[in-house]
Amino acid sequence: MAKVPVQFTLNGEEKAEFVDAGATLIKVLRDKLGDTSPKGGCNQGTCGSCSVIIDGELRLSCLTLAETCNGADILTTGGLARDGVLHPLQRAFMDEFAAQCGFCTPGMIMAAKALLDSNPKPTREDVIDALSGNICRCTGYEPIIRAVLTAARSNSQNAA
Amino acid sequence: MKLAKSYFADQRKDDLKELGQGLQRADVPGHVTGKTTYFADRHFPGTLYLKMVRSPHHHARIRKVDLSEAEKHPGVHRILTHKDIPHNLYTILILIQVGPEDEHVLAEDKVRWKGEAIVAVLADSERAANEAAAKVKIDYEVLPAVLDIESALAPDAPIVNEHHGQNFYMYDSGPSRKVRFGDVEKGFAEADHILEQTYFSSPIEQAPMETTGCIVVPEGNDRFTCYTNTQAMFFTLDNTSIILQMPGHKLHMVGGTVGGGFGGKVDVTVEPIAILAAKMTGRPVSFVYSRYEEMQISSPRAAEKIVLKDGVMKDGRIVARQVWGYTDAGAYSRHSPYGAQKGAAHYPGPYTIPNVWVDTWCVYTNRTPSSAMRGFGVTIADFALEVQMDKLARLIGMDPLEFRFINAYRDGDMKAHRQETTGAALIECMQEASRVANWPVAEKYLKMSSYGEA
Repeated sequence: MAKVPVQFTLNGEEKAEFVDAGATLIKVLRDKLGDTSPKGGCNQGTCGSCSVIIDGELRLSCLTLAETCNGADILTTGGLARDGVLHPLQRAFMDEFAAQCGFCTPGMIMAAKALLDSNPKPTREDVIDALSGNICRCTGYEPIIRAVLTAARSNSQNAA
Repeated sequence: MKLAKSYFADQRKDDLKELGQGLQRADVPGHVTGKTTYFADRHFPGTLYLKMVRSPHHHARIRKVDLSEAEKHPGVHRILTHKDIPHNLYTILILIQVGPEDEHVLAEDKVRWKGEAIVAVLADSERAANEAAAKVKIDYEVLPAVLDIESALAPDAPIVNEHHGQNFYMYDSGPSRKVRFGDVEKGFAEADHILEQTYFSSPIEQAPMETTGCIVVPEGNDRFTCYTNTQAMFFTLDNTSIILQMPGHKLHMVGGTVGGGFGGKVDVTVEPIAILAAKMTGRPVSFVYSRYEEMQISSPRAAEKIVLKDGVMKDGRIVARQVWGYTDAGAYSRHSPYGAQKGAAHYPGPYTIPNVWVDTWCVYTNRTPSSAMRGFGVTIADFALEVQMDKLARLIGMDPLEFRFINAYRDGDMKAHRQETTGAALIECMQEASRVANWPVAEKYLKMSSYGEA
């Protein structure tokens, strides 16, 4: 099969790969680059488990072709902690019991990060709206909503 | 978290280390960093992808399977049929002598539900496997199907599963599991009111975020490592051993974190065929359900039909309860004979009733086999029972919570299936529920105790 060269940064690191034409970003991240934090819950753009941030925007890596990501800046939950220090969202998800089986968690955290990056002081309604593309089958969502609001508060305290 | 310490104060210890404490999950640091390893977070060079060809019919005879076009498709490595399976007929609970074996790993002459596995295609890529699977040609003779409990039990219904001979499971106690306690007819004769209601439920899909699947790697010494998200490792190991006629020490089953199960990953559906495929090809094999398969193929909670007949006195006492419970197993047993039996033991719920008569049936239909899901056998029973309790309370003009206090089981009461009640605490739970829900009940109910009249 014809290969396509693609080059982007993943969590700040330069990456270059030859990928199959039509290969999805999730497949390249997981199988070629070893970042298995995006999860394939449906592979049809309905569950949000594969969510990543591309050039500051929340995207579904199962519906994004890798070859369209040339020059892009890609962030995943796998690269969110810096030098072993957890991001406030990761800390809040732990403290608020916002993860059970954990399969939706990396996608949830990306959706929450995209929200807080553009809206540092969200209302509960803002959080619900921002997470509406991400399905969780274990928690009933309330602990996740609490975790995002908690992280937003701790962010604004740190900034003050 | 708060403990209501006034209940059972004489039995309480205050040096509890876990209860009443907020604890962090041991696995949550892995979850929030994306480091937790699920079975599919592994990639092996040379992996073959397995795609199942499934029945488009609820019930059909297979006249002919033509693999010629599919075999020629680029990237296809091998196609498996029932002829490749050493012991093709199985049933999960044969491990505890609940037979008969009633289900084919890959269909032979017939399919009995829409989605039944027939042919397994192995190819170098998922795309090639999907394309080749679409080229498998199967000639069917479509047969009449039964799609609900009532039509399955009709006298002239087509037989769903010849291994049973009739459209219900034959227990050692006969066509149903039975509970007989007191004299239910005498109870009805004495009752002030009798209420008979029928309740239906639909199948419910567990819908875990991670779909069912496994990856099998040959170890090169006729031993196979199977990375799986099964919830039932030993069901899987032992049934695979039977189906493949391989001793257990050849099967290195590796479980781990499951991305949600809720009972949907208790059946043995992907591992035997994937291990066989790895054995026959010498290559790693990945068999992972698509989201469509997870929703349509994996076994849901059974549909149920429940008939409840209660005799109740004006003072609130239930004096007789008769139950007919029907579990829709779909086309094969899986865990449903057990689920239906569990229902029999569960009635009449957490209430002490002097006269009880229960029959529960496990019924076969041409639907997706149903199986385990969160309290299967009792969850829908509780739905029906508690709706019935509200209706009974309304019938005699009584508060529904007070009505439950009157009938609640307490320590020392004999339950209908001859287990003495111990550690009930239902009265105390309802007292606390009354308080926190701000649903007041008369003072005498707040003075009751699970230990007796008080």
